[in-house]
Amino acid sequence: MSVLFEQYNYAIVIILMMTGLYVVFASRNFIKKLVGLSIFQTSVFLLYITIGKVSGGQPPIIVDSHGDDHASLEPVLVAAAGAKEAVGHAAAKSDVLYSNPLPHVLILTAIVVGVATLAIGLSLIVRIREIYGTIEEDEIEALDYQYNLEGTAD
Amino acid sequence: MDLLSLFPSWLIEHGAAFIIILPLLMGAITSILPSRSLAWWTAFIVTVIVTLTSFGLVLNMMSEGTTVYSMGGWDPPHGIGLVVDALSAPVLLLISAMAVLTMVYGMPATIAEVEPKKRAPFYAAFLLCFAGLMGMVVTGDAFNVFVFLEVSSISTYALVAMGAARDRRALTASFNYLIMGSIGATFFVIGLGFLYMETGTLNMADMARILADLDGGSRVAKVAFGFIVVGLGLKLAMFPLHTWLPGAYAYAPSMVTIFLASTATKAALYLLLRFTFTVFDPSFEYVGTLVKYLLIGVGVVGMIFASLQAIFQTDVRRTLAFSSVAQVGYMLLGIGLATAAGLAAGYLHLLNHAVIKGGLFIALGAFWYRFGITRVEDFQGLSKTMPWTMGAFTVSALSLIGVPFTAGFVSKVNLATAAADKGWWWAVAVIVVTSVLAIIYMGRILLSAYFGDAPEINGEVAKRNEAPLMMLVPMWVLAIMSIAIGSNIFNLGDNFVGAAEAAARLLLGSGA
Repeated sequence: MSVLFEQYNYAIVIILMMTGLYVVFASRNFIKKLVGLSIFQTSVFLLYITIGKVSGGQPPIIVDSHGDDHASLEPVLVAAAGAKEAVGHAAAKSDVLYSNPLPHVLILTAIVVGVATLAIGLSLIVRIREIYGTIEEDEIEALDYQYNLEGTAD
Repeated sequence: MDLLSLFPSWLIEHGAAFIIILPLLMGAITSILPSRSLAWWTAFIVTVIVTLTSFGLVLNMMSEGTTVYSMGGWDPPHGIGLVVDALSAPVLLLISAMAVLTMVYGMPATIAEVEPKKRAPFYAAFLLCFAGLMGMVVTGDAFNVFVFLEVSSISTYALVAMGAARDRRALTASFNYLIMGSIGATFFVIGLGFLYMETGTLNMADMARILADLDGGSRVAKVAFGFIVVGLGLKLAMFPLHTWLPGAYAYAPSMVTIFLASTATKAALYLLLRFTFTVFDPSFEYVGTLVKYLLIGVGVVGMIFASLQAIFQTDVRRTLAFSSVAQVGYMLLGIGLATAAGLAAGYLHLLNHAVIKGGLFIALGAFWYRFGITRVEDFQGLSKTMPWTMGAFTVSALSLIGVPFTAGFVSKVNLATAAADKGWWWAVAVIVVTSVLAIIYMGRILLSAYFGDAPEINGEVAKRNEAPLMMLVPMWVLAIMSIAIGSNIFNLGDNFVGAAEAAARLLLGSGA
């Protein structure tokens, strides 16, 4: 039990993941299915953000002693010359422990993908509502069954 | 290489990035083009240029070996590397060549199936889907795979839904695909998350190196592999996870069906090969067990069940869709054998099946274009009303069954030989039985077309009404390719088999 509390972040991820997946499969309403899908995807965002955190780590912002505007640009330029050097360079500059910024960047992409999927899904639901007059899967299946019996018009 | 010198050097040097960026950029431009025919020409020219570039990359790969392109000048372990090797190059050429043929077919078909004002965005979505598939295949960065997977998937959802003008069931089919596809992609991302936790890198080659050091003993890596296989399994329509496929194939616009059937599941299958054999290694106990029992298990069960389901469909589009699920089973069986011969046979079937199913779906689209028919009972007398189209359909159908001197025969014999080499005679028996089932479900259609009389329309017997040239050309190109691969005309058969063997060597060589 104490493991669960110590690693509560993973517990949250698993609970959200299972809730989302259950909602997707158990509900017959299209909107509810999308809600479940979004919860499921969000749990993955949390998983990634969780693994980016280094215990005791600072936000990964390199503060330069110059303090002027282009100071933050310098590590980037150095990095362009060779990523390995940049690591050594930054480590030499400060002994601060940084959290890993990479998972955050990855999840930024995944969030965009999630939003796009949600948008497409919602617009499909709008079209389905216009044509079938319902967004309940059972009713749509009944309508399509009728449609199949009559045969396609074309 | 003589042909290689015809390509400008910058194109070969930056080709790996060019084949993704060009369709991606032109997709955005195509969507706002005012003229519909201009949109078609733009999309068509883009696919032709990308195909030529892919061809150049294949030639370059054959003379230079594997090349890794550093995206933006950042070297691979930290930056994104685009990998052109014996495994990815043939798939790149396959996808882009199929895109060209689909575009040729698509000019008359889209006019019939898509409303005028939606045509330019339709071609734009097609280009985005194309760019996504090319990206999935060429990238060497694991997270990049997910991004391109979603680029192609999201545009596919929109493309499938465009079929609503023809059949309203396209909307629910697209929605189901969206739900299943997103779950698949999310499973894949969860797997990548665990892999990143374990290895601290996203580069596939780097991952493979670190995983090899771990000796495959870590529990996190095991979980990661499970999630990745399930996620990709959803995308490639592995048997129990295939439920989205028949609906999406049957109700999408015919041009989209052709492209999806011949490329989308193939790209996902390619990723499964890449992850199972080059990132992980079948010599790890958990990978070996999963490949041996799960992939072969679902492959064989899928071959039998999907073939049986194909027999009982009234709609030919659904028959062919279930047949696609069955053919994925053959490829999984080849992968599951995990021997050089088995992998080569699976990879060869991947290439051949794209050629075969593309041809079948193009002919099917032509039948719908002329007579508006998709059901088996309506196929009566089609050999008299559309002889050339039916001829191409017949050649591809025979190839699907695996009649000698066709592409399907070559890959099925290779697969059966590979299974027999391992002493798995039951697998040979399953291949034979499912081929017999294929004779039943394809033969039913052919019998109706050749031995039925042409139906009467408004009291008159239907007249000969051949498909337009724009449809006949791509379907005969594919039908002739089927025969050429099977009978080794123009050395095409040897080239395909050679490419498959080179890919199998690469897959098995990297881990050993």
